[in-house]
Amino acid sequence: MVATNGYKRIVIEPVTRVEGHGKVTILLDEAGKVHQTRLHIVEFRGFERFILGRPFWEVPVLVQRLCGICPVSHHLAAAKAMDWIVGGEKLTPTAEKMRRLMHYGQTLQSHALHFFHLCSPDLLFGFDADPAIRNVIGVAGKYPDLAVQGVMLRKYGQEIIKATAGKKIHGTGAIPGGINKNLSIQERDFFLKDLEQMMSWARSALKIAKDYTLEHVDELKGFGSFLSNHLSLVRKDGAMDLYHGNLRAITADGRKIFDQVDYQSYLDYIREEVRSWSYMKFPFIKSIGPESGWYRVGPLARVNTCDFIDSPEAEAARKEFMAVTNGKPNNISMAYHWARMIELLHSMEMIAGLLHDRDLQGKDLVVKGKRRGEGVGLVEAPRGTLFHHYKVDENDQVTMANLIVSTTNNNEPMNRAVRGVADEFISGRQIREGLLNRVEVVIRAYDPCLSCATHAMGRMPLVVELYDHAGQLVDRRSRE
Amino acid sequence: MVSPGRKVLVIGYGNPGRLDDGLGPALAEVLARRSLPGVTVDADYQLTVEDAAAVAEHDLVVFADAAVSGTAPFWVRRVMPAAQWSFSTHSVEPECVLGMAREMFGVTTPGYAMGIRGYAFDEFGEGLSPHARANLEAAAAYLELALQNGDIREVGHGPVKGRPVRTPALHGDA
Repeated sequence: MVATNGYKRIVIEPVTRVEGHGKVTILLDEAGKVHQTRLHIVEFRGFERFILGRPFWEVPVLVQRLCGICPVSHHLAAAKAMDWIVGGEKLTPTAEKMRRLMHYGQTLQSHALHFFHLCSPDLLFGFDADPAIRNVIGVAGKYPDLAVQGVMLRKYGQEIIKATAGKKIHGTGAIPGGINKNLSIQERDFFLKDLEQMMSWARSALKIAKDYTLEHVDELKGFGSFLSNHLSLVRKDGAMDLYHGNLRAITADGRKIFDQVDYQSYLDYIREEVRSWSYMKFPFIKSIGPESGWYRVGPLARVNTCDFIDSPEAEAARKEFMAVTNGKPNNISMAYHWARMIELLHSMEMIAGLLHDRDLQGKDLVVKGKRRGEGVGLVEAPRGTLFHHYKVDENDQVTMANLIVSTTNNNEPMNRAVRGVADEFISGRQIREGLLNRVEVVIRAYDPCLSCATHAMGRMPLVVELYDHAGQLVDRRSRE
Repeated sequence: MVSPGRKVLVIGYGNPGRLDDGLGPALAEVLARRSLPGVTVDADYQLTVEDAAAVAEHDLVVFADAAVSGTAPFWVRRVMPAAQWSFSTHSVEPECVLGMAREMFGVTTPGYAMGIRGYAFDEFGEGLSPHARANLEAAAAYLELALQNGDIREVGHGPVKGRPVRTPALHGDA
């Protein structure tokens, strides 16, 4: 990388396959101190072009092709926007509960995968462990029971998605104004059979995350952590609600910036800044401005913004979580893991409640009302708040699509987290051992979606390169 | 024909909404229509950890994906269990799926990766490019015959590590 203006630039670049990918550049000044960090996540562009002109009722299926990792989140956010278009936002009990079951299944499988197979190697082996061991195979070798639990929780969630969405690829469950199937008794009984086992494993995972955080809390407070605003949906009574609610934003110390905002008017509250060096935009709270109006989303933000969680075990866990910061928002990046496991248990509790609800076997699946030309749909996706906004014309064709995905909402926070790590691990002309590991660890805490959608065969090495101000490569670390 | 009693799993993966990235699921669709005895076909956006559980229940697995480079119309290479893991993604590589099956379930299932050359990946869109469709037909014909004959072997070379064009067949895997 060519150095400019007397700065050295370090590049950490996962050289990916053909999909969106991320790299980190760290620019040093002549004294060897960090001047600037930038996390680049290359998003595919062209989705809007793909959607424009398509009939609006196709959109909930089409948008799943955006991301092979969280297609259900896109499916539901688009369906909610289309509910508004067809005037069917007041869903029947069966439709809403089927969608919720799908969504909790998605959250369960995503959080389980992230915790057991992406983050647990960091927690179990330590940040400085050899990457040859600090990976999912290492966990499977040393803690096989844990690895199997992760797989089985994930599988359970995936089966719920299949039962509610119809299939794994291009599910069609949610349609404008409702859902196209209910849950049969046979399907329900299939899930009830393993319910207690899944609950038990969810509790164990939460305990691991909690114990780790409490044991290392002093260290973690200084690890890629920073004060920030937080944003999420909350229910009208202030409860956490992953599927539906109104927008609430709070400051780093818990003061409300706005509350109970109908997300149909999100543009009055949220804006996106374009920066020349990044394809990914930087959302911010309009009333505060781009400089300090950025915010965190996802599990940490959700646990911070809600007043309570409406399921008993997760609520008890939330209280323990909030006690660490005396009831104020927790701003520790690595606390995402604990918050994520609180949500994992919450999702299991909600799944358990829904499976015992006979509304899931109801037959009233779709409602429609007054047609509108524009609609916004939001869900709390596993990684954070996901915005879908569409306009359609009188021929039912989409004329505008705007999406703000969770990883985009966390763009500035992830940059801040990397900066925090870089400040500690860059010195002079050397990349200190451990930088690569820690950049990985802190980015992973946010569970970004760096590999949406396309993924033909290839590898994703991680490379750190350090150049002096004359443009000469002076240090390089890579992970194949 | 797949040896009696032997179970084969074919997983075609990729995103059909990203043009040629959908080659893997397209192959799965073709093979599923053939209803080959002893062959289970699955399709997904990407490989995931729970595929290890399914792999552990089979005697042979073929991972079919789009390939951005390597021999056209397709290549096949033997894959061995390994800890390949990218730093922040929810998808896994074939080697990792085999490794997890071995570590978690104590089963070492022989596996092959099939890369079908694609050419159009950079846009959203449905459908395969003409060249990719031709490659798909060649790959499907090869795999169907190989599974029927119980004689799958390496073909061509993949994008990561060069492989001999032909290597000794691994008889009896299928």
